[in-house]
Amino acid sequence: MLKTFPKGGVHPPENKLSAGQKIESLAIPKQVSIPISQHIGAPAKPLVKKGDVVKTGQVIAESGGFVSANIHSSVSGKVAKVDAIMDASGYKRPAVIIDVEGDEWIETIDRSADLKKDFNLEAQDIVKKVLEAGIVGMGGATFPSHVKLSIPPGKKADVLILNGVECEPYLTSDDQLMLEKPEEILVGTQILMKALGVNRAIIGIENNKPDSIKIMTDLAKSYQGIEIQPLKVQYPQGGEKQLIKAVINREVPSGGLPIDVGAVVHNVGTTFAVYEAIQKNKPLIERVVTVTGKSVSKPCNLMVRVGTPVSDLIEFAGGLPADTGKVINGGPMMGKALNTVEIPVTKGTSGILIMNEKEASRREVQNCIRCAKCVSVCPMGLSPYLIQQLSEKAMWDEVESEKATDCIECGSCMYTCPSDRPLLDYIRLGKSTVMSIIRARQQK
Amino acid sequence: MSKLLSVSPSPHVAGNYSVKKIMYGVIIAMLPALFVSIYYFGLGAIKVTLIAVLSAIFFEWLIQKLFLKGKSTIADGSAIITGMLLAFNVPSNLPCWIIIVGSFVAIAVGKMTFGGLGNNPFNPALVGRVFLLISFPVDMTRWPIPEPLKFSLTDATTGATPLAILKEGVKNGTPVDQLMSKMPDYMDYFIGQMGGSLGEVSAIALIIGGIYMLMRKIITWHIPVSMIGAIALFTGILWLVDPTQYADPLFHLLTGGVLLGAIFMATDMVTSPMTPAGQLVFGLGIGIITVVIRVFGAYPEGVSFAILIMNAVVPLLNKAFKPKRFGEEVNNG
Repeated sequence: MLKTFPKGGVHPPENKLSAGQKIESLAIPKQVSIPISQHIGAPAKPLVKKGDVVKTGQVIAESGGFVSANIHSSVSGKVAKVDAIMDASGYKRPAVIIDVEGDEWIETIDRSADLKKDFNLEAQDIVKKVLEAGIVGMGGATFPSHVKLSIPPGKKADVLILNGVECEPYLTSDDQLMLEKPEEILVGTQILMKALGVNRAIIGIENNKPDSIKIMTDLAKSYQGIEIQPLKVQYPQGGEKQLIKAVINREVPSGGLPIDVGAVVHNVGTTFAVYEAIQKNKPLIERVVTVTGKSVSKPCNLMVRVGTPVSDLIEFAGGLPADTGKVINGGPMMGKALNTVEIPVTKGTSGILIMNEKEASRREVQNCIRCAKCVSVCPMGLSPYLIQQLSEKAMWDEVESEKATDCIECGSCMYTCPSDRPLLDYIRLGKSTVMSIIRARQQK
Repeated sequence: MSKLLSVSPSPHVAGNYSVKKIMYGVIIAMLPALFVSIYYFGLGAIKVTLIAVLSAIFFEWLIQKLFLKGKSTIADGSAIITGMLLAFNVPSNLPCWIIIVGSFVAIAVGKMTFGGLGNNPFNPALVGRVFLLISFPVDMTRWPIPEPLKFSLTDATTGATPLAILKEGVKNGTPVDQLMSKMPDYMDYFIGQMGGSLGEVSAIALIIGGIYMLMRKIITWHIPVSMIGAIALFTGILWLVDPTQYADPLFHLLTGGVLLGAIFMATDMVTSPMTPAGQLVFGLGIGIITVVIRVFGAYPEGVSFAILIMNAVVPLLNKAFKPKRFGEEVNNG
């Protein structure tokens, strides 16, 4: 029996259309728009102004606090303006817009493809370099990585867990990265282990990626303390709490963090970025993005500079299909629907999924028939049907006692609902309302 | 970019599930029992089922149109189930107009007054059935004797159900083993050759339907197992105490509406608890109340009443038995 998390979960059709497609480098666009807020936490502070000449890899906005991240130029050229542009959130937010001229990198970056295994840095130096390189969680949550590497006083990590699960249907960027850069990821894992002071790391990979499991398992034998853990395919196994439960059978307490059970979780894409930052001195300026969808003529995995318009990626994959109904930034379960493709790729863009008109519209909502499917699939053990009804009626005290704040917004409830009820929509409303009520209470 | 894109919050995919699929799944699961019923009770079974189903659909359509407005819900299949279950719960020689009254009560009182599918606290078919049982006790307890493949609408001989024979006999002081000798053997019960409501007689057909629904994940095992287990345990204890007074557990399981109730009516999603723990308690309650009514009550059969009583407890069970939350009680040894 393969390991997985025991409570809830669904198994949507995997649709990994771009699986096995080699990572191709997308041409640098004529202009990039680099948002200064590509992460959870405070926006970065711009350091450049109109007319400045920048090089690839140069810091153009500096971290705006502890929970924040540096932003680097992904291209060389001249700053056209610093202005608010629409990003994936659908809001206009400040970004540095650069007209591309050539591709001149700052000298300290090692651009060779050679594998560099040895490193000789102390833990705090690694954290510092991760901070400088602007690395954030690349699975989609974009939480600044150096924060996770800074263990709060009184806590201790004993295991590092790497998320190679890629449980979202369609997405293949992590899978492909593990296939093409396995040793880099393993060296990155060692670096993270050093930073955390742990001597054990486990890389969790779902069983629908047999090639990645094989290659990683073979190579991991020569890296001390790193294990590969194949996992049964089950969504949302990439959720931090679910992954920890699946891999080491520890349960993060309600409202707690992985470090409360001695674990730290990083994505394999993030680990690759850490490798590049430490071994190659290269900040996070490009990432792998899956471009996919049933009507897309050429589903692919692309290495893309941050700030490249999404429309360029779609063009590379064969253009926007005529029957396009929805374009999603991320996977189908948790991704965000875009209202335009003229937004930039950011550090958290794991995929661009194009759904056709038929897939794009929701079905008609029917009465709840109390089938309890939502209850049985909720990986957090909540009662989605109930929180939905309570939120609809604005009964916030009850929403709070039903622990809407535990919801990880995986969408399994809505996926499984035979009545197509907008469960997660209302749970989100309830969750955010309750969180602001709690904050207001704490301030009193 | 001229094309307008749809936007909505995630998730952007929905599983291949629908109310319709569930309802038609239940209907398919009921077909084996219907076929056995047609085999034993002939045209009467077909007539009663058809009238019950058609009138249930009609009343749902009418009430939706007149009072609830909105889109008609008759296509979702739930009215068909209510009609079929009502038919399954009455004798096959019931006069047409009584069936129509039963359908009306089931749909109008049992379901639509609460706002239609999903909002009803009680199983609609049972509301209709119990209404008929109380209002028309004679017609509702005149059971045709099963006669395989006798397709005639008239002159069906009638007789008592095994449970009624037992009740009457025990009341008159006849020992149970003497009563048993007058009744069909257990194999007949298992196949369905006995007097009773048209859908309840064949254990094997009901079990086949139940297995189908389990495989399609329409129901879970919790309610049927706990209900049947409770009945077996309770009647078993009584039987061990005094076998001359009380029938054995197998008799209780195979006669009357236990299997129909356990597989098709107690498991109704709308009127049963949301969590496995709640479902186990719910089934347990139904089992105990059924035996209490059968053994100590005025009626020979108590499954319908037991389910309706436990339906009323469901909101409390949902409150008492919440799912165990992730990270609620952490034991990371």
